Amino acid sequence: MTEMRRPLGPIIRRPHVLRARLLFAAQLVFTLLLAAFLIVPAGLSMLAGVTENYFIGVRSGLTLRWLAQVWELYADTILRSFVIAIATLVVTIVIGLPAAYALHRRGDRVARLVEEIITLPLAIPGLAIALALLLSYGNFSDFRRSWLFILVGHVIFTLPFMVRSIMAVLAAVNINLLDEGAASLGASPWQRFRDVIVPNVKPGLLAGSLMVVTLSLGEFNLTWMLHTPLTKTLPVGLADSYASMRLEVASAYTLVFFIMIIPLLVAMQFMAGRGGLTGGRR
Amino acid sequence: MTAHGVAIHLENCGKTFANGARALEPTTIDIARGETVVFLGPSGCGKTTMLRIIAGLETPDAGGRVRFGDEDVTDTPIERRNVGMVFQSYALFPNMNVAENIGYGLKIRGIGAAERAQRVAELVTLTGIEGLETRSIDQLSGGQRQRVALARAVAIRPRVLLLDEPLTALDALLRERLRSELNSLLRALGITSVYVTHDQAEAMTLGDRIVVMRKGAIAQIGSPRDIYFAPANRYVAEFVGAANVVEAECRDGALILPGGSLPVAHATPGRAVAMVRPESWSIVPATAATLTGRVETVIFVGDRLRVTIAGAADRPLLVDAPNGLAVAPGQTVGLTVPPGAVRLLAGEAA
Amino acid sequence: MVVAFFLLPMARLIVTGASGPSGIAAYAAILVEPRYRATLINTVVLATATTAAALVVSTIAALFLQRHRFPGRSLLIALLTFPLALPGVVIGFLIILLAGRQGLIGDVTAFAFGEKWVFAYSMQGLFLGYLYFSIPRVILTVMAAVEKLDPALEEAARTLGAQPWAVHRDVILPALMPAFIASGAIAFATAMGAFGTAFTLATNVNVLPMLIYTEFTLSANIAMAAALSVGLGLVTWAALALARSAGGTVAAAG
Repeated sequence: MTEMRRPLGPIIRRPHVLRARLLFAAQLVFTLLLAAFLIVPAGLSMLAGVTENYFIGVRSGLTLRWLAQVWELYADTILRSFVIAIATLVVTIVIGLPAAYALHRRGDRVARLVEEIITLPLAIPGLAIALALLLSYGNFSDFRRSWLFILVGHVIFTLPFMVRSIMAVLAAVNINLLDEGAASLGASPWQRFRDVIVPNVKPGLLAGSLMVVTLSLGEFNLTWMLHTPLTKTLPVGLADSYASMRLEVASAYTLVFFIMIIPLLVAMQFMAGRGGLTGGRR
Repeated sequence: MTAHGVAIHLENCGKTFANGARALEPTTIDIARGETVVFLGPSGCGKTTMLRIIAGLETPDAGGRVRFGDEDVTDTPIERRNVGMVFQSYALFPNMNVAENIGYGLKIRGIGAAERAQRVAELVTLTGIEGLETRSIDQLSGGQRQRVALARAVAIRPRVLLLDEPLTALDALLRERLRSELNSLLRALGITSVYVTHDQAEAMTLGDRIVVMRKGAIAQIGSPRDIYFAPANRYVAEFVGAANVVEAECRDGALILPGGSLPVAHATPGRAVAMVRPESWSIVPATAATLTGRVETVIFVGDRLRVTIAGAADRPLLVDAPNGLAVAPGQTVGLTVPPGAVRLLAGEAA
Repeated sequence: MVVAFFLLPMARLIVTGASGPSGIAAYAAILVEPRYRATLINTVVLATATTAAALVVSTIAALFLQRHRFPGRSLLIALLTFPLALPGVVIGFLIILLAGRQGLIGDVTAFAFGEKWVFAYSMQGLFLGYLYFSIPRVILTVMAAVEKLDPALEEAARTLGAQPWAVHRDVILPALMPAFIASGAIAFATAMGAFGTAFTLATNVNVLPMLIYTEFTLSANIAMAAALSVGLGLVTWAALALARSAGGTVAAAG
């Protein structure tokens, strides 16, 4: 390695600093463009939803007319989506919480196998799951025609998120140790569950719940296959409006969906920022 | 291998971070060619910042200069400084095996495969990791990783070898063994080395000179002996080894303590702070000493007894006694010390 | 319950796949029959291209976001990850607004080059849509991996004389490889199975999920639809198994 003889003085540092600044600026612009790619279309759609005539542009005036029309046409899908999301949440908690706890406690081969099976729907496209459900239960016509059929699909699809979210917390807080600690103090299994397990699992339960509701509200792949004309959900309605309604109505409908989903996304970001993905060192 | 190091001169090197925190006061220090200097201090004392300035991983505040021999390297980026560095986490590349890690710096320098292989083989022998060449990093023990990191750092024949707490990640027994191995290796290489640690035993073993640091500034520079027997101040006295620091009035060539008087060499009258190492004391019958106290606890630590004696000074005194001595708590004993072993600390009286 | 509503139906799906006029051969038809094979190749090419593009752009952004602290950084991260839970249909619609007949890109190009670019309903439109939902998934995983990197690795390479590009080539990118495999496999699986986006955009292009849908609803070729679903499920399952072995956790929803 030859020793680089470089002249003294402050001039030398400049090319480095300059190059670092240029690199920083280039990367910043790139990242901003990437964010713009994700955000601008969403902004456009929200704007289009309240624009009198999108073809002419915003100067045609702003209006709530399209939103009113959406409410007239699709109010039932919005309400149904809420009902299904809440029902999905309840079912996933009722099944997911004890299941996650049991799987974590046992931790043996059977538990791992069960965990595999519960999380398998993550790896299979919703379309395939929907087909499977249709083939198996499509002939039970009362069941097929009710919104419960869609609920089943949503639960299958969202349960892995709930179970994983809770199990992640169980693993992180070393719940077995806490449980043993409480037991050594004389707490009964039920007291331990109530006083130690549930409070410590809360962050995972909350994160899982947000995910389940968000996914259920936006679920399309399964629902499109499972729905009947009388059990349309919001995303099904959306697809419908994209195909057959004028752009402004479709946009207004999408705006309604964004209004429902954005608070959930923000809450999820907040939860993740507090202890999840971007925590850690530094 | 022969010495291929250079002298290091730091001039007014200070470091203030972007958030305004002062990590290092402007510091000037010269490190001789082939010398091993250990920066010693608790975390946050600025020793790592000093090392990173020498490495080129941090730039000193304006006005600071770093010179390697005659060459000013202040503006030379790290990749052209030709320094070898051993990191606390070792920072071995997990995507390369042992030999590839050691040879990476040579490869970057465009050195041909044959010469590289020969040089890697030399280093493998030197660091005693024969047979591990094709292992992947995650198959190595902590001690083996440490050796690979060292081999990789010296493979490029650096002008300066920098070691950032290289033994801290190891368990105590291994640490002790590697400490003496590292010592003989550094002597054999004869390379200018800068070693950062918070472990005084490491500093004592490895340093030609020790730089004790405190709150971003140098508290004392000296040989291990100087640092131990003649600490410049109370901080150094208490950080390096165990020390009894007493504060008392000095009159007629002796310190006046609650349990009597303690003769001091070169004493000037007035308030004084003095330091006595535990092993400097001798426990004698109460009648044979001018200073007496009551034995409070006696702890058997194997090669010696560690005795605490109350009532002699304003604080209990730590005394190391031969492990055969018959002393028991409650006993009143006398304490003597050679006058030269009482070290007066300058400018420390509160 | 999981058994009744998931395992049994899946078994039924596999059996149905082999129950058509051609029996088990239906599975082979996916690879042999030109129409199915063309669609399969189309889908794989599209998913691969999406994955590669998402990896490249997300890695640049993730490295940048983890190395610098500046005001607005967390907002930028939030914006880049927000489409994570957005349904595919909506993403399809957003692409229409971007590259459709009344789209932004059309307006801009009409203004700039006097020619209106409309490609929402083509392969490029699908690619853009798939990229849209892949970016958040990849960025999250890669950012987490960058954060876990030991900064000393980069410093060590530099003390050994490596210039920045060599540091990236020899140390940083290899160290991120598990994250690339994990997030790449997730992006690939998601793109393979994406139905919502395809449903909105794929009027002229044939991709596997659309083929399954049309076989089932329009041609009532239930056995073939089932066989294709099983094939698709196997591909996505294998991709995600690969992702998991590399330590990925962000799930493929969409």
